Amino acid sequence: MAPRRVIIRNHSAEANLFARRTFIAFMGVMVLLLVLFSNVYSLQVASFEKYQTRSNSNRIKLLPVAPNRGLIYDRNGVILADNKPVYSLTVIPEQAKNLTESISQVSQLLDISSDRQKKFFSSVKRKRRFKQIELHPRLSEQQVALFSVNKHKFPGIFVDARLKRHYPFGKLTTHNLGYVARINRKDANKLELAGKSENYAATHGIGKLGIEKYYEDILHGNIGHQEVEINSQGRVIRTLDFTPPTPGKDLTLTLDIELQMIAKRALSGKRGAVVAMDPRTGGVLAMYSNPSYDGNLFVHGISSKNWKKIRNSKDLPLINRSVQGYPPASTVKPFLALTGLEEEFITPDTKIWDPGWYQLEGLPNKYRDWKKWGHGWVDLNRAIEQSCNTYFFALAFKLGITKVSTMMERFGFGDYTGIDIHEESKAIMPSVAWKRARYNQPWYTGETLSVGIGQSYWTVTPLQLTQAVTTLVNHGERKVPHLLKATKERSQNAEGQYQESLAQVIYEEQAPLVLKNKENWDLVLKAMHRTVQRADATGHAAFKGTRYNAAGKTGSAQVARIKQDEKYDAETTQENKRDNAMFIAFAPFEHPEIVVAVAIENVAKGGGGTNAGPVARQIMDQYFGARIITSSIDTVSSPLENITPHQHGHAQTNKEAETE
Amino acid sequence: MRSTGQDQQQVRSIWQKLHIDIPLLLGIMSLMALGLFIVYSAGGQSIDIVYRQAVRLGVALVIMFIIAQIPPLSYRKWAVPVFIIGILLLIAVLLFGHVGKGAQRWLDIGFMKFQPSEIMKLIVPIMVAWYISQENLPVKISTIIIAFILVLMPTLLIAKQPDLGTSLLIASSGIFVIFLAGASWKLIGICAGLASAFAPILWMFLMKDYQRQRVMTFLNPEQDPLGSGYHIIQSKIAIGSGGLEGKGYLQGTQSQLEFLPERHTDFIFSVFSEEFGLIGVAVLLLVYLFIVMRGLWIAVNAQHAFTKLLAGSLTLTFFVYVFVNIGMVSGLLPVVGVPLPLVSYGGTSMVTLLAGFGMLMAISTHRRFHV
Repeated sequence: MAPRRVIIRNHSAEANLFARRTFIAFMGVMVLLLVLFSNVYSLQVASFEKYQTRSNSNRIKLLPVAPNRGLIYDRNGVILADNKPVYSLTVIPEQAKNLTESISQVSQLLDISSDRQKKFFSSVKRKRRFKQIELHPRLSEQQVALFSVNKHKFPGIFVDARLKRHYPFGKLTTHNLGYVARINRKDANKLELAGKSENYAATHGIGKLGIEKYYEDILHGNIGHQEVEINSQGRVIRTLDFTPPTPGKDLTLTLDIELQMIAKRALSGKRGAVVAMDPRTGGVLAMYSNPSYDGNLFVHGISSKNWKKIRNSKDLPLINRSVQGYPPASTVKPFLALTGLEEEFITPDTKIWDPGWYQLEGLPNKYRDWKKWGHGWVDLNRAIEQSCNTYFFALAFKLGITKVSTMMERFGFGDYTGIDIHEESKAIMPSVAWKRARYNQPWYTGETLSVGIGQSYWTVTPLQLTQAVTTLVNHGERKVPHLLKATKERSQNAEGQYQESLAQVIYEEQAPLVLKNKENWDLVLKAMHRTVQRADATGHAAFKGTRYNAAGKTGSAQVARIKQDEKYDAETTQENKRDNAMFIAFAPFEHPEIVVAVAIENVAKGGGGTNAGPVARQIMDQYFGARIITSSIDTVSSPLENITPHQHGHAQTNKEAETE
Repeated sequence: MRSTGQDQQQVRSIWQKLHIDIPLLLGIMSLMALGLFIVYSAGGQSIDIVYRQAVRLGVALVIMFIIAQIPPLSYRKWAVPVFIIGILLLIAVLLFGHVGKGAQRWLDIGFMKFQPSEIMKLIVPIMVAWYISQENLPVKISTIIIAFILVLMPTLLIAKQPDLGTSLLIASSGIFVIFLAGASWKLIGICAGLASAFAPILWMFLMKDYQRQRVMTFLNPEQDPLGSGYHIIQSKIAIGSGGLEGKGYLQGTQSQLEFLPERHTDFIFSVFSEEFGLIGVAVLLLVYLFIVMRGLWIAVNAQHAFTKLLAGSLTLTFFVYVFVNIGMVSGLLPVVGVPLPLVSYGGTSMVTLLAGFGMLMAISTHRRFHV
């Protein structure tokens, strides 16, 4: 072992060296502390706003709150579309004691299918434990009651109420109101394009048809927001702020649900449509298409079984027949007569001889009257009263297709009436140009003759007929048919009370139809009056003994072509090839308050007078009820006055021009 | 006045007899008290966690007190055998160690588990200080080379576990001794050059994937904001959103709503700065500065080269804790698992830390009897 080295230490030198090094180290410490501090300074002071924003966006979330959809009422305040609570059974897995066991017990109690349970458990795996998961989407009232009694046994499971659209009249109103159903991808894309997605963030359903679709923006309202604080797992800790949603506006329609019921009853077992309108405003009083379907089925998502049933029905319940084209048949004769008078091809006294047919010079074809042996000498009144085809064949031939179609277009045939539902068809008002465009064929004179009795390519919708008759009874003043009468807004005032304000919808009038000779209006209207009032006229049977003074016109449209000289017999003809029955009517004759158009498909026997006329009468009987109708307008109380507006506003309605 | 002065002298001597350094104790206690409050806030406002932490602090303080009673020069006798045992234990950890959190750090010795690397935090500076203090200062090159090997052995063994934070602390504790012993600046320059040359080797061979990931994340945390960058981004948001005055005690949304990870342990500084703002941070840093100054004062006033080097190294290593922790949670340094000393929740490192302070106190109070 080596001897230990003797260490001679210079203690003070060592101490000095150490002190110097320690001082340097201390300086290093100070520098590093400054580095730390300046870094924290840059975070907390220089970038404070940036990090504050990021901190807030971490913890604050906006939860959208859906507005309540506006309700829909009929003109007398009867509710037609309502928001009804539906009860769903939801579970917060975190709060349940023993999830698997609780679910199986509650499923046994409420008879919940194993499919639903499976679906539930698969979503349990996907979702956070504190998020609500639906076990059953729609509990019956018994199930709700049963669960409520046993609630204490199932912590973490509860009944959740949500408002869903409900149509108390079901089938009766579907074609007018349409329905609300789940927002699908197409709807979502449309909302996105229109920049409305944000407003629909919490909304589940959207108007798919009818009024619900047309006035979607008014009915929907504006979204509200709940500002909540969440933690890193997304659990809501507390509510910071709440902006309540603005509910959609309520709509009051011009419809009268009682008239609508009568229309349904009158059409029961038939395919067809009824439209009743107030000619003073254009407000639609009743519009019913039979058969119909229940819009409520679609609100919760229709089952494939029900959907197949509706879609595959031979009676085509999905079609709104009141806005689909039918051959107008003789119902257009008053309008053709008016054209003849206006063009001065005829006078009220012009007479023709009707042998039972009409024949074009030099052609073998005979155009037959409905009365085989003819009407004999026929003037304007008789031609309309008796619905004489020969008279109108001759008139149409004289006028030519262009004069006819020009005038008919002025009545609105072949064009949208502008009613506030999107399902409307333009139907067809044939003309030379139309035929060229449609079939690339010239117009034949024979077709003009058919047009003279409302056949050939000509189709009109029952709604167009009511609009045309309205123009007629208003002596050319044209109204836009509409269903919306007023909108009602509920808003909170400063004291927090709800106020309702009603805004009548003002519809702009269309350019009037001005005749050279105004007396022509009354000539035609009187002829329609005689059609109903004279005992031997075609429209008399249906309106015998009414307390009100009605006028009208019948029509029977041939659906299938009948060969020259072939005899038509409804009894032996296939059901879908039988004639259609048509009827137009208005009352009271002096100051019309109601115009009705009826179309019934493939009637078994008889024509418009016997099949469609009684339907029109039932509507009018209901409309006038026990009222004593005099010719004085002052005593007539109008149902329009039932709703008194608090505030007059101009609710603009979007009349979107539809293109096909 | 005079009697008061005598009383003070009397009091001081009582603390001296108990081997307690009052300024150091005050600094430590104030940080501990602060730590309890922040642990309460960061730990979901549970009093349990505060209670557990208080018990640990008590145990650690007792250990500090006991160690303070041992004359510091006597450590020299134990330095070599304990260092050898420590190295053997580190090897044992690598061979039979208990795996926790993806790293092999724990040794199961029947009735308890412990981390030999923690003991090395104290033994390495003792060993190096003992070795260097045998000769005259400034330290010679040959001595430095031996000292480096003494430092490198435990450092590499711990880095292999892998525990980058601890190996960093141990390496720096040894290097501080060499620096304070007066290693020439030329040598320091060469070493710095070698260290930077060593970095790629470290990256390629010694670092595990998760450590590389941490470095990558440090370089660009926004690259993967929901994955590996999440911790550091949320921490910076917490600190930054605290602003000048902070959001208020228990009002820090980042911590209370659990956006911040490891709130009561490694990221407790973020909780503190969110709730107390820049003003709070300044006060906290001043307290740390005070402790460091006191430690260095003790070192400078120590009577023996060994105690000087040991005290200096322990103090500077303590500061490395502070710097690495705050640097990492505020985005200056990559995330390595180093707690904020005396404040973070946790037992093992707290005991080691206070044992170190016990040594500082011993050096401060025993010196008169060794002159």
